[in-house]
Amino acid sequence: MAEEVVLLDYWASMFGMRVRIALEEKGVKYEYREEDLSNKSPLLLEMNPIHKKIPVLIHNGKPICESIIQVQYIDEVWPDRNPILPSDPYQRAQARFWSDYIDKKTAGPCKALQRETGEKQEAAKIEFMEVLKTLDSELGDKSFFGGNVFGLVDIAFIGFYSWFHTYEEVANFSIVAEFPKLIAWAERCLKRESVAKVLPDSGKVLKSVSDYRKKILGIN
Amino acid sequence: MADEVILLSYWPSMFGMRAMIALEEKNIKFDYREQDLFNKSQILIETNPVHKKIPVLIHNGKPICESLIVVEYIDETWPGENQLLPSDPYQRAQAKFWADYIDKKVNGPTRLIWAGKGEEIEAGKKEFIEVLKTLETELGDKTYFGGETFGFVDIAFIGFYSWFDAYEKLASFSIEAECPKVIAWAKRCLKRESVAKSLPDSDKVTKYIPELKKRLGIE
Repeated sequence: MAEEVVLLDYWASMFGMRVRIALEEKGVKYEYREEDLSNKSPLLLEMNPIHKKIPVLIHNGKPICESIIQVQYIDEVWPDRNPILPSDPYQRAQARFWSDYIDKKTAGPCKALQRETGEKQEAAKIEFMEVLKTLDSELGDKSFFGGNVFGLVDIAFIGFYSWFHTYEEVANFSIVAEFPKLIAWAERCLKRESVAKVLPDSGKVLKSVSDYRKKILGIN
Repeated sequence: MADEVILLSYWPSMFGMRAMIALEEKNIKFDYREQDLFNKSQILIETNPVHKKIPVLIHNGKPICESLIVVEYIDETWPGENQLLPSDPYQRAQAKFWADYIDKKVNGPTRLIWAGKGEEIEAGKKEFIEVLKTLETELGDKTYFGGETFGFVDIAFIGFYSWFDAYEKLASFSIEAECPKVIAWAKRCLKRESVAKSLPDSDKVTKYIPELKKRLGIE
């Protein structure tokens, strides 16, 4: 039976990027469907009634939700090519821990960096820098978060790289200057076809956020 | 080589209970070490420097943190007995989705109930009932969340049952009246030795809450 893989997504979502990268890594053909988050499709609401969020992976008609869960699902269903999780249970637990850390600790500050100004944005910037510091320390001198092989934690975090320029511009700071190791890591990831294909242009992300800040939030 | 398994936990924590239940399900001998969360031990800070939270599972000297990650680790490391996650990838994804839902949606409202004041308690109760109803719909007429076999989602949620009595008293409502299937499910789970062994007495939790609030500086 031919596989049918559909992805409901939003082009700038770092969570959607995780799933796209995983599918590309595995060489899986899929149909990408762009969602208008201000006007969610009936299919999205049907497939993710609990959270009503993207990305939603629909495999042979059955939905899977939540990006880290989707990436692990993809790894299990298409195990033969480019394994995403290590085989050792302890290493797997470490990979899951750091993906979970990224999810827990970036949500708040990233949202505030985008939407706030003044003190609230400044506080978000400081919080985000702390997270980057921790990740920088965890990466250390390794090529990728898991060691020599590109894997789950890299996939969990690399999408944020396409937003770095946006955060730097709206909150007036330099990630490039403060975290050269993370930038080097991101550039290593970008050498992979899956990542290069999936990550949107940083300038495009910045324009979309600037427009949003101007038009919806009234910030210049 | 004999396995050395240590669990750093805190008796009222529904997250710590998840790890205990998983270890008991697998019949693993472990050294339980009660933690004082108001005076964190060296070992806790060393083994979980990022979050400084319990539970922490230390297996042959190596720490694993975050309760659901701990449960999955236990299932993968000791695969022989009582499988906790399903083998089918789609079923596994569903189990993880619902455990994640519980993690995201239960803590907020329940904390309002036991730590909140006045209107916050009412708001917490309303939201908690919504979450319980969603879980009840998901459970349906199944024996456990995953079907016939006790597993991941049951383990993720059952610890909260030991706090139900406290929630009911503090917010003046009956969970059984609102969601009878959830109560029936909980009682089924409690028949399992692993659960009976790991959940504290509801009474003990209810009596402890005022002391907990005092230590947290909430009045």
